Amino acid sequence: MENNRRSFLKFAGVSVLGLGSLSLLDGLTSEDVIASSGQASAEATYKKTANALTAKRWGMVVDTKKLSGRICHKMEKACREAHNIPELENKKHEIKWIWEAHYNHVFPGKTDEFLVERLKELPIPVLCNHCANPPCVQACPTQATFQREDGIVMMDFHRCIGCRFCMAACPYGSRSFNFEDPRSAIAHENKEFPTRMKGVVEKCNFCAERLAVGKQPACVEASKGALVFGDLGDPQSEVRQLLKENYAIRRKQNLGTNPSVYYIV
Amino acid sequence: MLEKALKGSKAYWIWVFALLGIIAVGFSFYLKQLDFGLGITGMSRDVTWGFYIAQFTFLVGVAASAVMLVIPYYLHNYKAFGRITIMGEFLAIASVIMCILFIVADLGQPMRVLNVLLYPTPHSMLFWDMLVLSGYLVINLVVGWNVLEAERNSVPPAKWLKPLIYLSVPWAISIHTVTAFLYCGLPGRGFWLTAILAPRFLASAFAAGPAFLIILCLIVRKVTNFDPGKEQIQSLSKVVVYGSCANMFFFLCEVFVVMYSQIPEHMDHLQYLFFGLHGHGILVPWMWTAMVLIVSGIILLLIPKARQNESVLAVACVFTFIGIWIDKGMGMVAGGFVPNPLHEVNEYFPTFAEVMIGIAVYATGFLILTMLYKVFVGVKDELAA
Amino acid sequence: MNDKPKIIIGLIIFFAVFTFPFWYNHGAVSSAPEPKLSDKAEKAKHCVRDTDYMRKEHMHLLDGWRDRTVRDAERVYEIDGKEYMASLSNTCMECHSNKAEFCDKCHEYASVDPYCWDCHKYPKEKK
Repeated sequence: MENNRRSFLKFAGVSVLGLGSLSLLDGLTSEDVIASSGQASAEATYKKTANALTAKRWGMVVDTKKLSGRICHKMEKACREAHNIPELENKKHEIKWIWEAHYNHVFPGKTDEFLVERLKELPIPVLCNHCANPPCVQACPTQATFQREDGIVMMDFHRCIGCRFCMAACPYGSRSFNFEDPRSAIAHENKEFPTRMKGVVEKCNFCAERLAVGKQPACVEASKGALVFGDLGDPQSEVRQLLKENYAIRRKQNLGTNPSVYYIV
Repeated sequence: MLEKALKGSKAYWIWVFALLGIIAVGFSFYLKQLDFGLGITGMSRDVTWGFYIAQFTFLVGVAASAVMLVIPYYLHNYKAFGRITIMGEFLAIASVIMCILFIVADLGQPMRVLNVLLYPTPHSMLFWDMLVLSGYLVINLVVGWNVLEAERNSVPPAKWLKPLIYLSVPWAISIHTVTAFLYCGLPGRGFWLTAILAPRFLASAFAAGPAFLIILCLIVRKVTNFDPGKEQIQSLSKVVVYGSCANMFFFLCEVFVVMYSQIPEHMDHLQYLFFGLHGHGILVPWMWTAMVLIVSGIILLLIPKARQNESVLAVACVFTFIGIWIDKGMGMVAGGFVPNPLHEVNEYFPTFAEVMIGIAVYATGFLILTMLYKVFVGVKDELAA
Repeated sequence: MNDKPKIIIGLIIFFAVFTFPFWYNHGAVSSAPEPKLSDKAEKAKHCVRDTDYMRKEHMHLLDGWRDRTVRDAERVYEIDGKEYMASLSNTCMECHSNKAEFCDKCHEYASVDPYCWDCHKYPKEKK
């Protein structure tokens, strides 16, 4: 009797463990569990929007010569309104996609005692660099942050478990975490774009939702030419032309992350 | 055997219910955290990991330190440790469970934690951490329990346990190595970006873990009929002092490299921790306290006369444990985040709610540990009778 | 084996706890609610897929939509020659603007609590 119960319990325990590892194996072998079950019928297909802007590798050039405090402010505002970014009272919980900083903070490895006068007080926009070799994507344990084929480093808010490993991994401080529910602190709601929930990480998405309908990123539109957005993979693109003609630097190039945002200084 | 945990003296039950009370209080704070979000903690956009992850890191070390009993006993046939090896393994079980609880407490969306299994991601160190931690938990449960059961039945442990025990040695090293890899593989965090991190983690673990085990041995001797043994405790104390010295040596190596090369991205963090940076230095007194505690612990343990006096030994162990707890907990995690990637200083200090949740996790660990030790001591009593 | 009374009391307690949901919901039994269509949905006659499919599979459909949109940048769902923007807020809720009557009723009945609305918006409803 004693023995039977014991062996039953042992058997049950081993079975539970086995089932657990089975599901792990299942996850390892099937590419995307949910997506495959999503297409119950063969006739349904997915495709890109007809007017979507596409690129080999999206990138941005910031022309610091065209920057001013007013323009920076406009870009931030455009982004905030496009993406329902809250304005939280508690600075510690701040959500920032694109914001302004001074040269010495944007390029901490390139600080100069005798910096050119023009750059000293100039507000410079900082945002996610959409690195070609993104440490955040490497760190994420659920692929909630991932790299698209066109180089955009995206967040899948549905999948994020809020471990904040990506925030530790990002060398640019480009990521924000929803320490509280952001909804009550959103001034102008954009009906086209979802808000976020507490407990997930968010950051600039290069306006993937606008590119899909043929629009340039919101900050670029508001920048009066200070920001230029385009395909780094296309030698004829405007960004590549700009980089051909101007000396540009990137943030913390030495780390090998290969940022896609260039600054003409 | 588990039934032994259900029979105890009045004092035992008072202790158990006191722990349950603490857990309940802490859990109420956790409910608050679930409702409001992690904003009730002191963490911020710049310091995104804090008290929880610090405790996790520290406790992985305590868990791994069971290997300091397993190696001498099983690999070097040092018989004396046979008496207490199970205590080490049971401590590892409680520690790993606390680690898992701290991770869950730190998640923004804990209900989605199984996404880690649903979308296995081998390039993420957190994925490996989950694998090695759960594996280590299973190994220690199986080994500890079966060896104790065999002892109770006065038969030698089953043969199939041997390979598992050998496996537990590299596995213990792996859990703390992977924990270090969480930090030291990140390109933009100069403080952690050092190959000495994993060895240092292990060294400090092999000091703090056995130090805690010595304290546990002394408590067990006091409150039960089982004496873990004088020789065992003395041997452990030598492990502690070796570990603590190695830890300090690795730390000084790091200090030399950073301070002599003077590369700002690496130096600023150490400067922040020990001297403050740009007028901010909330952790400065903590760090110096940690250093004083660790060094005095080493001195006390190095002197044979002092170490052999068990009251002094207890003090030295408490010093070592708390010192490493501060250094590896608060210092190691917060220090890596300050200054932030834009070289701005935004400090971190845990909030009351955060600490209460942490204490509740510790209470859970102690509850598990108490019950496991109760079983262990119960078996010993039975054999003595 | 003198624990008979204890065992019986234990069994009774176990049985009471085990069957608690049945006691608790006794009398509260109701038939499955019919989701109510908004005027616009009524007029449209057909949804993205047929009614039966939508009833059984809408969660999987939405899962597919969200994964394809977010992860593959494929925002258009094409079926039977018709194209739809794969968007909960901007396609589904455009017709099914009565969330309380259309979504919540069944979800409450089935005791499921999808977190769609934590982020995605739905039209304000007139009471």
